Amino acid sequence: MTTALYADTPVEVDAEGFLTDPEQWDEQIAERIAEENGIPELSDRHWLVVRFMRDRYLTTGNAPSIRALGKESGVPVKELYALFPKGPAKLAAKIGGIPKPRGCI
Amino acid sequence: MSARRIVVLGAGTGGTMIANRLRRRLSPEEAEIHVVDRDDEHVYQPGLLFVPFGLAHLDEIVRPRRRQLRRGIEFHEHEVEAVSLERDEVQLADGTLLPYDVLVVASGVRLQPEETEGLEGPAWNERVFTFYEPASADALHGALERFERGRLVVNLVDMPIKCPVAPLEFAFLADWYLRERGVRERIELVYATPLDGAFTKPVASRHLAGLLGEKGIDLVTEFNAGEVDGDAGKLVGYDGRELDYDLLVTVPLHGGAAYVERSPGLGDALGFVPTDRHTLQTAAKPNVFALGDATDLPISKAGSVTHFEAEILTENVVRFLEERKLLAGYDGHANCFIETGFGKALMIDFNYETEPLPGRFPTAAGPLPLLRESRLNHLGKLLFQSVYWHALLPGRELPGLGPTMPTAGKKLAATT
Repeated sequence: MTTALYADTPVEVDAEGFLTDPEQWDEQIAERIAEENGIPELSDRHWLVVRFMRDRYLTTGNAPSIRALGKESGVPVKELYALFPKGPAKLAAKIGGIPKPRGCI
Repeated sequence: MSARRIVVLGAGTGGTMIANRLRRRLSPEEAEIHVVDRDDEHVYQPGLLFVPFGLAHLDEIVRPRRRQLRRGIEFHEHEVEAVSLERDEVQLADGTLLPYDVLVVASGVRLQPEETEGLEGPAWNERVFTFYEPASADALHGALERFERGRLVVNLVDMPIKCPVAPLEFAFLADWYLRERGVRERIELVYATPLDGAFTKPVASRHLAGLLGEKGIDLVTEFNAGEVDGDAGKLVGYDGRELDYDLLVTVPLHGGAAYVERSPGLGDALGFVPTDRHTLQTAAKPNVFALGDATDLPISKAGSVTHFEAEILTENVVRFLEERKLLAGYDGHANCFIETGFGKALMIDFNYETEPLPGRFPTAAGPLPLLRESRLNHLGKLLFQSVYWHALLPGRELPGLGPTMPTAGKKLAATT
């Protein structure tokens, strides 16, 4: 575990840059993480997805998979990939300050 | 006290095992047991992998569901309309109502090719196949026999899928089969997966990626298939990457049984049933249990998992009826053979906490090598079909194969 500095705030992150304590998160940190990962500005649609992921994790202890995200967040899978290129669930979790979604087995 | 009523939804591996085990455990005075399935065809699913290569035929791997159930179990051949958790009642498609004291959800998964754009287009069962479904596995056999040159792409659309190693086994066997036919050098083999490696678990993933490399199979990772263009022979990823194919072998998206979605409070967004990982009681209601592929448990959807769960679940259904504390006894134990072609196979054994590691797996007939190719493992895989019909489904104990993972023989500190 290492410490990263986002918007002048030190936060604990794992080897892949996911926050280990969701409580250390705030919106400015989210914007910095997004920037670092190729999203210069978070739109309302980005925020909708990030908040959905975060709320779901905080209430259930699990972050949804990309398919569940597509079915439940109201943002279709195709658009999710346009918003968060490569890995929408992974990237939205990182920006939302929650641990990396556990891949299914 | 009058007999209680247990209703089991699904007569596949899990439903059949749990019904038979409960029937042995409880007298007819103690419990009535009802099992529901929409048809009377029990498929030995591990056999489907061999059908495309002509190594198994559908008539050898499909048997009547009814005949696998012990006497004293009532079988209802109907589609389930819905479960009412409020009224403790199952409604069948013909309107029959089956009230229950205990419900066991064992209805497995449903393939959802319709969720991937273009997958079921005109090329379906012409150039695009899945061996996860008997008719398509059979049609694929014909296509492979005629395949002379070009590009064969094996793709799993997204997790979770049944038997996560099966698409890898298919790729290994395809390599072997095409070499036997003498056409391998004219055919490019590609394995495309949404995972970031060959498999989900790091140590096994490295071993399996190594095997793909040795066999000259290209590995494409983090490929999320969004669309199939059947006419053009293109598999298109959500990120815009395109994979051309002459023959596409797909593993379509998986979801829970359709009735789960029609039953308020029973399943999650994908139709899987949220289930306690150690007791197998569902989150839906205390008198509802689940096992096998139907659950949302973070472990492989596989027959071995279902078998190990069935032991714990039998105990817990009995404890529930007797109003005793449930046994938190399932540790996520999974065990499978991975066919690698040329008469060899690997074996992996793992649970929630321990990933598949090298070493040896103790069995009554002697140890089997773990994570290493051997003929013994291949023979084990072939012999297993007989064990399945004659010992596993009837609910007999298999010595040495229990619900908790053995640690003896495993190189637990191993990292390579």
